[in-house]
Amino acid sequence: MSAVMADEHHEEHPKGITRWLFTTNHKDIGTLYLFLALIMFFIGGFMALIIRAELFQPGLQVVEPQFFNSMTTMHALIMIFGVVMPAFTGLANWLIPMMVGATDMALPRMNNWSFWILPFAFTMLISTLLMDGGGPAGGWTLYPPLSLQTGTALPFVIFSIHLMGLSSIMGSINVIATILNMRAPGMTLMKMPLFVWTWLITAYLLIATMPVLAGAVTMLLTDKFFGTSFFNAAGGGDPVLFQHIFWFFGHPEVYVLILPAFGVISQIIPTFARKPLFGYSSMVYATASIAFLSFIVWAHHMFTVGMPLAGEMFFMFTTMLIAVPTGVKVFNWVATMWRGSMTFETPMLFAIGFIMMFTIGGFSGLMMAITPVDFQYHDTYFIVAHFHYVLVPGAIFSIIAAVYYWLPKWTGHMYNEKLGKLHFWLSTIFVNLTFFPMHFIGLAGMPRRIPDYSLQFVEFNQIATIGAFGFGFAQLLFLYIVLQTVRGGQKATDQVWEGAHGLEWTLASPPPYHSFTTPPEVK
Amino acid sequence: MAHTADSKNYYIPHGSHWPIVGSIGLTTLLVGFSMFLNGVGMGKMLALAGLVITVIMIFGWFGTVIKESEAGTYNNQVDRSFRWGMFWFIFSEVMFFAGFFGALFYARQLSVPWLGGEGIGAATNSVLWSGFENVWPTNGPGEVGGKFEAMPAWGLPAINTAILLSSGVTITWAHWGLKENKRNHLIWGLAATVALGSLFLYFQAIEYVHAYHELNLKLSTGVYGSTFFMLTGFHGMHVTIGAIMLFVMLLRAIKGHFTPKHHFAFEAAAWYWHFVDVVWLGLFIFVYWL
Repeated sequence: MSAVMADEHHEEHPKGITRWLFTTNHKDIGTLYLFLALIMFFIGGFMALIIRAELFQPGLQVVEPQFFNSMTTMHALIMIFGVVMPAFTGLANWLIPMMVGATDMALPRMNNWSFWILPFAFTMLISTLLMDGGGPAGGWTLYPPLSLQTGTALPFVIFSIHLMGLSSIMGSINVIATILNMRAPGMTLMKMPLFVWTWLITAYLLIATMPVLAGAVTMLLTDKFFGTSFFNAAGGGDPVLFQHIFWFFGHPEVYVLILPAFGVISQIIPTFARKPLFGYSSMVYATASIAFLSFIVWAHHMFTVGMPLAGEMFFMFTTMLIAVPTGVKVFNWVATMWRGSMTFETPMLFAIGFIMMFTIGGFSGLMMAITPVDFQYHDTYFIVAHFHYVLVPGAIFSIIAAVYYWLPKWTGHMYNEKLGKLHFWLSTIFVNLTFFPMHFIGLAGMPRRIPDYSLQFVEFNQIATIGAFGFGFAQLLFLYIVLQTVRGGQKATDQVWEGAHGLEWTLASPPPYHSFTTPPEVK
Repeated sequence: MAHTADSKNYYIPHGSHWPIVGSIGLTTLLVGFSMFLNGVGMGKMLALAGLVITVIMIFGWFGTVIKESEAGTYNNQVDRSFRWGMFWFIFSEVMFFAGFFGALFYARQLSVPWLGGEGIGAATNSVLWSGFENVWPTNGPGEVGGKFEAMPAWGLPAINTAILLSSGVTITWAHWGLKENKRNHLIWGLAATVALGSLFLYFQAIEYVHAYHELNLKLSTGVYGSTFFMLTGFHGMHVTIGAIMLFVMLLRAIKGHFTPKHHFAFEAAAWYWHFVDVVWLGLFIFVYWL
């Protein structure tokens, strides 16, 4: 009775600005998240192009060194907290209720708040660029004592991180409550689509680590303004303590940025290989193992800081262990495609690109896990190449793949396949042009986060800059394709893809405002 | 309008303006506080305005939820979602404290011993501070904050431990009363818990005054003062929040809210109270005693 009442109340489709401001609808909120991520993607990308423009030639020509440093710092903060995380949360909002057979997220009002904190947080963060002393420039990791020399910006940066954390924690609580409590009858845990599984584990990681980051930056704040000595050796503290607390958050965070990507790829590959996912349960266990291991590897970010030998050894071996569950995943994706009836629509191209290039990033990660070898690589362009391989052709490619894959479901229109494929090839060529040479200049010793460099690095840096501008402009094509599809296009069928399975494909394209008003039966 | 306990339908709340009010409130509060820290005059007023907006949001939002709940709008599934929500929220709070406990353990087990010359290749002691010895409590080789005395465990802190532990008993006693539908029993149990919580906070305030005025123990007293005040301070803040939650439950109990089967808000406040209790035990053992 009451439920029906609530539904009647909701049938009037809200209009105008208040629809978006007051919404409790998972699709509206998902759309908001995805558009925020898209806008931030271009802002963060613009910053990357400033960095690459400066590095086109040795010497200083485009920007001041201080501004260069705040560009590297802001680029990272925006791409991590403003692009990849909101994009995944947007996907979670759109897809999880449809995939588990629910009508909406478990806590819809809190869902609204998780999103509407973010525009405020990012306005606060970006506005620091205009303040006395400029934006934060000590790297996104905010290591003290350097970060404590930030000017007026410091408290604004810290509080914007608090707000982002608040948003992530609320978003994650919502995801977990939805998955644990809103599944349709018969949708047992081991029947859930892998995207739902990876998000369940991601949400757990976020709830466990975001508060730790909040604690770490709070200590920075009190060290700067209230005279505490957490990171001050004269008072008995230790600057390295910050690195430990930060990376206790930071390493699970790395998997926050990649586990949902694994989920997306695990949805796409079976559809276009027209075979069920190979080794479903091993995928679930591998994801859980990666999450567990992520809590005991953090100090591999700190091999050169001067830890006791036992620490170096422990973190080296645990880090190498991660290659095992990750290898299981890559093996399973390849095995799914083995002897499948494959077709290569745009989402599949991006998914295969993901597997190839994410694996390159995985292997360079394995190289750096070896402590003595890392002494050579640490803080060079090799690490920059590594994490950009796992984040750009990794996380970002998976997000783009997801958008192409589900956009027909969301909008009811097919995107332009020809342009989609062009977008894929441009992105793939340019992303490799950008990041592959960084391996070489990194091994040759070019340090990261420095606006100037020695003459022997010129050629590879110029190739990287050309690649970066090519990749950046190729994304304008993506923007065009998405907007074109939202506005119209060939009508999509309900199933959209011949080989697609799962509850979301049983709904109309576009799906009704409330996905499942009564729970579907899952056999 | 009956409470549709086994409804086959899903329930979705209608839209709400409170989240956006909350965002505006929090942002105003934090921008104001940042300006205050940077020494900008109007920062304080802005922070205060933000705080007021945030408090209005909390009243408004929870008020709406309480009204809907009392009208019987929520089904069992909503109740379960709330439970999961509160559980994971408390887990996130546990991890927040874990960060600060981590800092305490790191200082006691690693950074202070290293500064005192322990460990292989630790050169700070011989190069910079050769006279410094590894003892706890300490304000470091630079004696940041000057000479101080540590806070003994077996005075007020021990009494406070007893107070918080008994408040855990009274809240459970109140819960029994609620489940057996004995309203007075519930009200007195809650009132006793709120009173004990307030007493705890009062003693904590006395302890802080004592620390600042007689022991010269301050937030700025090296790593001991930092960990002591940040841990006990954040705990005290959580006790305050918990006590306010329980006070609201007391008012609602007096108003006749809650039934023996349907009283999630009460349980959430009780869970939170137990969480605050357990954190205190950790504090008592590792900050005051050992």
